[in-house]
Amino acid sequence: MLDIRNLHATIGEKEILRGIDLTVKTGEIHAVMGPNGSGKSTLAQVLAGHPGYEVTEGEVTYDGRNLLEMDPEVRAQEGIFLAFQYPIEIPGVTNAYFMRSAFNEIRKAKGMTELDPLEFLDLMEEKIKLVDMDPAMMNRSVNSGFSGGEKKRNEILQMAVLEPRLAILDETDSGLDIDALKVVAHGVNALRRPDNATIVVTHYQRLLNYIVPDFVHVLANGRIVKSGGKELALELEEKGYDWIPGAAA
Amino acid sequence: MSTAIESLVNKEYPYGFVTDVETDTIPRGLSEDVVRLISSKKNEPAFMLEWRLKAYRRWLTMKEPHWGNLKYEPIDYGNIIYYSAPKSVKPLQSLDEVDPELLRVYDKLGISLTEQKKLAGVAVDAIFDSVSVGTTMKDELSKYGIIFCSFGEAVQNHPELVERYLGTVVPHSDNFFAALNAAVFSDGSFCYVPKGVKCPMELSTYFRINNADTGQFERTLIIADEGASVSYLEGCTAPRRDTNQLHAAVVELIALDNASVKYSTVQNWYAGDAEGKGGIYNFVTKRGKCAGVNSKISWTQVETGSAITWKYPSVILQGDNSTGEFYSVAVVNNHQQADTGTKMIHIGKNTKSNIVSKGISAGHGNNSYRGQVKILPRASGARNYTQCDSMLIGNECGAHTFPYIEVQNNTATLEHEASTSKIGEDQIFYCKQRGLSAEHAVSMIVSGFCREVFQELPMEFAVEAQQLLGITLEGSVG
Repeated sequence: MLDIRNLHATIGEKEILRGIDLTVKTGEIHAVMGPNGSGKSTLAQVLAGHPGYEVTEGEVTYDGRNLLEMDPEVRAQEGIFLAFQYPIEIPGVTNAYFMRSAFNEIRKAKGMTELDPLEFLDLMEEKIKLVDMDPAMMNRSVNSGFSGGEKKRNEILQMAVLEPRLAILDETDSGLDIDALKVVAHGVNALRRPDNATIVVTHYQRLLNYIVPDFVHVLANGRIVKSGGKELALELEEKGYDWIPGAAA
Repeated sequence: MSTAIESLVNKEYPYGFVTDVETDTIPRGLSEDVVRLISSKKNEPAFMLEWRLKAYRRWLTMKEPHWGNLKYEPIDYGNIIYYSAPKSVKPLQSLDEVDPELLRVYDKLGISLTEQKKLAGVAVDAIFDSVSVGTTMKDELSKYGIIFCSFGEAVQNHPELVERYLGTVVPHSDNFFAALNAAVFSDGSFCYVPKGVKCPMELSTYFRINNADTGQFERTLIIADEGASVSYLEGCTAPRRDTNQLHAAVVELIALDNASVKYSTVQNWYAGDAEGKGGIYNFVTKRGKCAGVNSKISWTQVETGSAITWKYPSVILQGDNSTGEFYSVAVVNNHQQADTGTKMIHIGKNTKSNIVSKGISAGHGNNSYRGQVKILPRASGARNYTQCDSMLIGNECGAHTFPYIEVQNNTATLEHEASTSKIGEDQIFYCKQRGLSAEHAVSMIVSGFCREVFQELPMEFAVEAQQLLGITLEGSVG
């Protein structure tokens, strides 16, 4: 589904991604771990099309198409979802309205009919249960006045509503307590299907107890320096990153 | 580094108007003779002519005000046509002759083909009987004793009402533009709602008989007698096909005991090109008087057009327990300038005023809120709440706030809140990542920003206003 070859990306003058190679097939969950400043979040943002980064070299193919030529909103309409590390607040726009707009835009892009507010409300109520959120949240402005945990759960709720093909979770576990973590993981696991895939960017092994990955990659100094199965995550938890060649800063 | 916000090419909004001036016009320029001629062409009674002349003579002694935060080319008062026959524009034969850009806007606003023809000055088929629609409405209203007609008709058919109330809220000497308007006003709306009657439908300029092109100098007078209420919609979301540069209208609202008047405006006059050339100068004096106890006057406006907007819909809170409200969204893009706000004058006891002003600046636009809250010595127990919020889109625009507060009674309570925000790149990217285009995102964020004001608009207008906002801000964000 996703094929990344020799991806280089800079922010301003600084090169962050220095040749990433990664292949993700449908039905798989890939975890990307690594020390601070390694480029994990940058990778997530570049895949989503964040305008602050410039791709200087390399290719990314999504379903056989050149992802890098697609505008961010087109990538989203094609089924790519990024759960932000720092979800943005949009005062004055309710969660319900925001999600319905996004949902319908993506439906439209697929040539499907849009849902009216009432139909969408039914859909929402179903999804809200998945992330254990208070339905009253729907009428509050997007992420406004939400705690860190609530923002992260709101990201997963959006994911549940939009049903992406490729979900990229950018440090979704940072700032969450164990209970919130379980809720988030439960949501992600419930959305897993044979025709979609997930990339989980995380710092800590803990999340991976709940969202069990098929592959674990270590990203350091802008490159993937080691890949393995889920046991690799446990090894990292025990030993840190230093033992891996190329991982030291 | 070019940011997403700056990098989108600004879309042009050219309106190429074509007008043929009809023969029945008074040559350019203003003089006492012109005023007399205007009055005689309208067949006005003596009191009307005298009022106009008094205003004209006063105008000659006045100077154009320049305290506004506005820059514009001086207006040549000698170069304006002050009177032309109702059909000042020869109708086009078909929509094919209309500027396609104009039609694109109409389409976007979901305006019916027939309405498009009317707005664009195309001769309307005889089959569509707009006059009969208006007549049916008038019949319906007359059952309630409600008078709703053009100002000209009111002068002919209800001179005593006009004479009693005209100029009682905005006297001819009030300001430079009001004096000019009083001297040469063309036409406008008149509405009188009798005692105890609640007008059953929203009155709108669409239904006014003789709905010809809005004149440069409109004069509107709305009176709600004791216990009466009325809601009036002025304006049009579609850009008017008009080359007149100066629009100096006057609107007077009067609410007697236990009465209420709600006046909503959606204004989208031609705003000038992307370089700031051309465009309408919208200099309007709007004022309401809560003359009676427990009366209420509410102004709601969405100003998106005009090159220059200068207006301060105000309320004089004379009656005890009266309430004044002002809800406004003012948008400036490209080189538009707006200096707008309100005045709430508290005179009676236990009066209340509520001000919510939302200013949106984009492109090189310059937006100023100018508000005055005045509590006079005998206005005990007065309460005011003011909220003025500005939103900036891009790095070249400006937002300014000039609040004036004068309190001469120490039992008054005033609250003032203000905020300034910017649409961030982050917000746009977040929306994009959810499948929304930049334009959709801006439109959504701006609508959210304006929600409190849109809530006050009658529903039909609210929907149009949202779409209008989206169109006005096209090209402002990457």
